[in-house]
Amino acid sequence: MTSIPTQTAGQKKLGLVIDLDTCVGCHACAVNCKEWNTSGHFAPLTDFDPYQEHPQGVWLNRVHSYEAGTGPNSRTVHFPRSCLHCEQPACVTVCPTGASYKRAEDGIVLVNTEICIGCKLCSWACPYGAREFDEDQGVMKKCTLCIDRIYNENIPEAERVPACVSTCPAHARHFGDLGDPASAVSQLVAERGGYDLMPETGYKPVNKYLPPRRRPPVAETAPAEAESAGTGVLRWIDRVLSR
Amino acid sequence: MNPAFSVILLTTASGAGYGMLFWLGILDAAGVMPPNLSFGIPAIFIALALASIGLLASTLHLGHPERAWRAISQWRSSWLSREGVVSLFTYLPALAFAAAWGIAGPHAVVTMVAGVVAALCGMLTVFCQAMIYASLPPVRQWHNRFVPPNLVLLSLASGAACLAAMVTFWLSGAGRIMAAVAFVLGLGCIAAKIAYWRWMDREPSSSTIESATGLGTIGAVRQLEAPHIEENFLLREMGFRIGRKHGDRLRGIAIGVGFVVPAILLIVGIILGNPAATVLFPIAAAMTLVGVYVERWLFFAQATHTVTLYYGRAV
Repeated sequence: MTSIPTQTAGQKKLGLVIDLDTCVGCHACAVNCKEWNTSGHFAPLTDFDPYQEHPQGVWLNRVHSYEAGTGPNSRTVHFPRSCLHCEQPACVTVCPTGASYKRAEDGIVLVNTEICIGCKLCSWACPYGAREFDEDQGVMKKCTLCIDRIYNENIPEAERVPACVSTCPAHARHFGDLGDPASAVSQLVAERGGYDLMPETGYKPVNKYLPPRRRPPVAETAPAEAESAGTGVLRWIDRVLSR
Repeated sequence: MNPAFSVILLTTASGAGYGMLFWLGILDAAGVMPPNLSFGIPAIFIALALASIGLLASTLHLGHPERAWRAISQWRSSWLSREGVVSLFTYLPALAFAAAWGIAGPHAVVTMVAGVVAALCGMLTVFCQAMIYASLPPVRQWHNRFVPPNLVLLSLASGAACLAAMVTFWLSGAGRIMAAVAFVLGLGCIAAKIAYWRWMDREPSSSTIESATGLGTIGAVRQLEAPHIEENFLLREMGFRIGRKHGDRLRGIAIGVGFVVPAILLIVGIILGNPAATVLFPIAAAMTLVGVYVERWLFFAQATHTVTLYYGRAV
């Protein structure tokens, strides 16, 4: 059923919290996502011409890199983008077949690939580009929040987190219940000012992004005398100490 | 948005078909249609054939066409599902309309009632089609108050032009009223499209790369590196860009070929009558269909999706 389940206070809302301050843009989360999911719930995540001139394929997680601001105070920010498991997911309500659904018990948005007709309307309805069409199988694929890991009793309890979270070397990805204000992820969001992407679209994403931490502002023009102090290593030491 | 042939054919062909069915039903109930037994049944079947071509074309872009029947199940939430339900239901009153026309006669009460029901169901299908687009917040060129009336108006105009051609060709001479309807609606389409395009060009996007990334508090945001060097599904489906290059010229072609020249042909045909109208009205109808096709191509090609913000593109 593609109607959204009625939500009650304190309802479980599993999701991710992504720390843009610590993400180093290594793409390990995207690669491990592909690795796990090509043999997981949505297996296979097909590729087209993988060893040819223009390789393409289905990925459920993509890492962008941006620059924000100009001058010495600008920031380079690496930005992983995946399904946000929205509270108002239009990708679910537009689905004509009932293949796309949001689970009442934990809020995870999934696709039943057995009945998906591959009309692609859900991908049009998602502002975030979370859904990718599998041309080979003719159905839509998306992030499952690794339902085949987080509830999997055959793997050690510490590993029952999404593949992207388990692999992140910078600990920039956190997984938990964002419907519980006392959970570690909810506290992290409150403490760091976690925010929604494109709140104006009204989709109410469950996943939150933590902004880069503020740094002391740097003067727009570098001091002129710094240029005259030494050469080579001495110049470098001088510049570090002059900060 | 990628202007897929199958989806454009869906709305242009079925729009013309349901528009034709609408005017057949309404004008028959109004007593304007010629009481000709041999005309109604082929006319209704041509209207249904156009609608069916569109509906069948839409299954071409499905990943699993054999599962298409599942699409009628989610009418509670999905406009696409509602379109499926209403379009399939429309065959019942439309076939009853054709049967009653042949058995009870064109102006029998049962024929008129079936005709009006078929007319309204057909237009409801077109409205549902329009709402599929109008209910998508990520595409600002679709998610607005102009889209449903635009698609309904173009359906009514192209249907009227087709019916005028058919009436004149088949009955040689009774098509003046239809041609007048098509003429007025054609002018309405010109005004509606210009109003829509003016709005579309002026209205800024409420989403920006800053709101998409949430990094606007630091400063203006620009893409440093894309996640992948090749295209992907998102960019192929949602990042179509060719339309913007020739946009203004194609808008002129859509309006000129689709409505301005046909309006002139229709008015000349109305004045001259037959045999000139027998030639002019079919040309006007064919040109209207071509113009609507170009218009619908632009409707897709000039629509932008918020996902492209993440790739550093404007919407």
